[in-house]
Amino acid sequence: MKAAVLVFPGINRERDMARTLRLVSGREPSMVWHADKELPDGTDLVVIPGGFSYGDYLRCGAIAARSPIMDAVRAHATKGGLVLGVCNGFQILCEAGLLPGVLMRNENLRFICRDVYLRVERSDTPFTRGYNAGQVVRVPVAHGEGNYIADGETIAKLEGEGHVLFRYSSPDGMIDPNWNHNGAINAIAGIVNEQGNVLGMMPHPENHVEAAIGPTDGRGLFAGLVEALDRAA
Amino acid sequence: MNRNEPRITPELVAEHGLKPDEYDRILRLIGREPSLTELGIFSAMWNEHCSYKSSKVHLRTLPTKGPWVIQGPGENAGVIDIGDGLACVFKMESHNHPSYIEPYQGAATGVGGILRDVFTMGARPIACLNALSFGAPSHPKTRHLVSGVVAGIGGYGNSFGVPTVGGSVRFHQRYDGNCLVNAMAVGIARKDQIFYAAASGVGMPIVYLGSKTGRDGIHGASMASAAFGDNSEGKRPTVQVGDPFSEKLLLEACLEIMQKNCVIAIQDMGAAGLTCSAVEMGAKGDLGVTLDLDKVPCREESMSAYEMMLSESQERMLMVLKPEKEKEAEAIFRKWGLDFAVVGETTPTKRFVVRHGGDVMADLPIKELGDQAPEYKRPFVNAAKPEEIRAESVHAPVGTLEALEKLLEAPDLCSKRWVWEQYDHVILGNTIQRPGGDAAVVRVEDGPKGLALTTDVTPRYCEADPFEGGKQAVAECWRNITAVGAKPLAITDNLNFGNPERPEIMGQFVGCVRGIAEACKALDFPVVSGNVSLYNETNGRAILPTPSIGGVGLIDDFKKSATIAFKRANETILLVGETTGWLGQSLYLREICGREEGASPPVDLAEERENGDFVRALILDGIATAAHDVSDGGLLVAIAEMAMASGIGAELSAAPSDIPSHAHWFGEDQARYVVTVPVERAETVLARARAVSVPVWTIGKTGGDALTLAGERPILITILRKCFESWLPAYMAGDL
Repeated sequence: MKAAVLVFPGINRERDMARTLRLVSGREPSMVWHADKELPDGTDLVVIPGGFSYGDYLRCGAIAARSPIMDAVRAHATKGGLVLGVCNGFQILCEAGLLPGVLMRNENLRFICRDVYLRVERSDTPFTRGYNAGQVVRVPVAHGEGNYIADGETIAKLEGEGHVLFRYSSPDGMIDPNWNHNGAINAIAGIVNEQGNVLGMMPHPENHVEAAIGPTDGRGLFAGLVEALDRAA
Repeated sequence: MNRNEPRITPELVAEHGLKPDEYDRILRLIGREPSLTELGIFSAMWNEHCSYKSSKVHLRTLPTKGPWVIQGPGENAGVIDIGDGLACVFKMESHNHPSYIEPYQGAATGVGGILRDVFTMGARPIACLNALSFGAPSHPKTRHLVSGVVAGIGGYGNSFGVPTVGGSVRFHQRYDGNCLVNAMAVGIARKDQIFYAAASGVGMPIVYLGSKTGRDGIHGASMASAAFGDNSEGKRPTVQVGDPFSEKLLLEACLEIMQKNCVIAIQDMGAAGLTCSAVEMGAKGDLGVTLDLDKVPCREESMSAYEMMLSESQERMLMVLKPEKEKEAEAIFRKWGLDFAVVGETTPTKRFVVRHGGDVMADLPIKELGDQAPEYKRPFVNAAKPEEIRAESVHAPVGTLEALEKLLEAPDLCSKRWVWEQYDHVILGNTIQRPGGDAAVVRVEDGPKGLALTTDVTPRYCEADPFEGGKQAVAECWRNITAVGAKPLAITDNLNFGNPERPEIMGQFVGCVRGIAEACKALDFPVVSGNVSLYNETNGRAILPTPSIGGVGLIDDFKKSATIAFKRANETILLVGETTGWLGQSLYLREICGREEGASPPVDLAEERENGDFVRALILDGIATAAHDVSDGGLLVAIAEMAMASGIGAELSAAPSDIPSHAHWFGEDQARYVVTVPVERAETVLARARAVSVPVWTIGKTGGDALTLAGERPILITILRKCFESWLPAYMAGDL
């Protein structure tokens, strides 16, 4: 795996992400500045971490989505390269048009930081091959605007074509409004694009990878990516 | 000197918060009438908030030294050695007055200010905590203040990217007119890379960094040095507006230029902005400073010298850079999109000179501005101590279980999940123990070291007996750090009181400081930084004396830290420490009997130390499987918290016959812990306790899904949780 972690002004989970990539893949990722125009040679995974790029001013992710580096990310995605956007990264991918839909303010209008349960909908993608379909994983969320929505047609397509990879669920995998923390439509926590190579998700798998710190359910996502990329290489 | 200024009248002097004798002192010091800008500078430097003029004489009595102390009070933050070439930098500071006027921005900029204090010294912030006091839940402003303050703390910390890992929230009618927002920040620096405020070298460029200067926050520090009347709303323009995005950029840029070895001295612009930071850099370095205000990056047009000198616009820094590194530093700041301007230089004159538009607007002796601030030995009286309440004289109005349910849903004891879920407490990936335990534990870098962090104070005890209350605040902080298995190292104190010009308030202050000093000495727990907030009163009604104590402890291997949750069924529950059934000033007496009375529990510091050392050793030896200190609400509340945290219940023995049952379960005797150990090790632990004369009793065993008290029906943990978790969300939703 040769990962590149993008750094926009105001991003703040880039260290968490870099540490996790290092722990799981054994390789230090490159940190790529937003004003750069190119990704490092051989980059096979672009990661847009969480945070508050540009202070979330204007709209979450709106300014970062127009940074010089995003053209390179778009080109990488068009060629089928893998892109993972977490939290603010998901918002940036939506604003950049790499994923459909938008993330609105949480239904209760408050920032929410807590462990949530996610039901993994498919295991036949490079992002979820480390899990079983239907498996429930526990990872934290930390966001004020994670309430996913898109027009009816887009949602129907996402659902019909199996582009929803993660949903907020109860600990036993039931979809239940009481466990849908931010009010996202169909409890959507993470989606992929049509080609299946760009994932955006609100929760933070990178914060649950070390047994000494707590649950390790986030590890599967990164371990699966390493496996997928090493096989491809 | 600019002559277009208004004459300095007694009214103008009073508007600047200066007393007539203080103004006379200024005249004597400079030998002429000050200009308006100079008057503003004096008012900024000599107000209570910046000069500590009422408190200094007492603060000097606090123990501030220890072999592990690198920097005590007097700098931006305290610094302690945590080994491996690393230092922990931390401080707590209040933002009470602004938070009451504009809760979101007041609290947000409180967090911003304390974070800046920590990274100014070269540390990367790794955790925030806070201590919040609000008025009675029934007061019409309380809900609005809780909502705004919590959102503001979260809004700033979450965006800046530091986990808020702990704190405390209390409610009492004495905070109806003055809420307290005390924010603490903790950072890690390399021990050989600590940066200070003292400038050195003549003719060195003074550089302004960060956000532009606007008209916000003018007179903020003066506002925080006066009591409120009915018109506190009218002070909204004195509250600053925070921009956590700029602060995050400022952090990264500052740490980068520090790493590149560009910095000689650095001071953040906090209270009294440019004035305070420039004077401090010069005065501490025995140098003069000349500022050219035409060079200051401004957000608004036609700002006067007076406005620029008193603006409290946020996210700004002043630095003395190594001249040969100026270009390199500038490039780093430009990369982060921040303003960078050379606004002055150091001089050999020891004068503070401010130029603007070709005129000299101020020319003052720099040392005297800081050192010659008035210092008061204000008169104080000690209030009579309330009488002790004998447990036998307190009638139990309800049964033990009903009392437990009521206590768990009381505003001061109930779960604060509604609050801390709005704070990102997992960012940076190092949070070992999240909010809800005794102390938060955060990993230091990649481990194995961990820091234990907590904030504590019991204001009702301080009101009843300032000396014992001051001791108790420190002891409880020490105990909470001990209960996770860490060694307590040092504290920061944030002393919140009413108007010091009233002898009874000054008496509270003096008593609490004496108590803090005594406890810090006895527990080897020095004060390394702090802040004093006086005049927390409205229309003559003062807050409860609230000396918040923020503590830092160290655990060599964070994997050994203990949590409050029961771990397994059939383990032995032990109570460490003496129980007399002390109900005076207890939450039981207040919440169940409706009485706020009596003497507060005495604190025996030798006992604290013996019991705490015993518990810490049990944890570090891997014998204790769970540990919790016994504080607000007493023994049964502590046990209920351990059960709720785990879902494992407990069977408890009856209260001893010599103590009334409700006093046994809800009394607030100090120096106590509840610890669980595997059954087969219980005898060894009891023998170990006898050997060091620490009182330990077996009080029950874990198991089941309920708490079962001898002679009572079992109460399910699910019911306890419902009591514990419901009140705050329901209250905030307006359902109560």
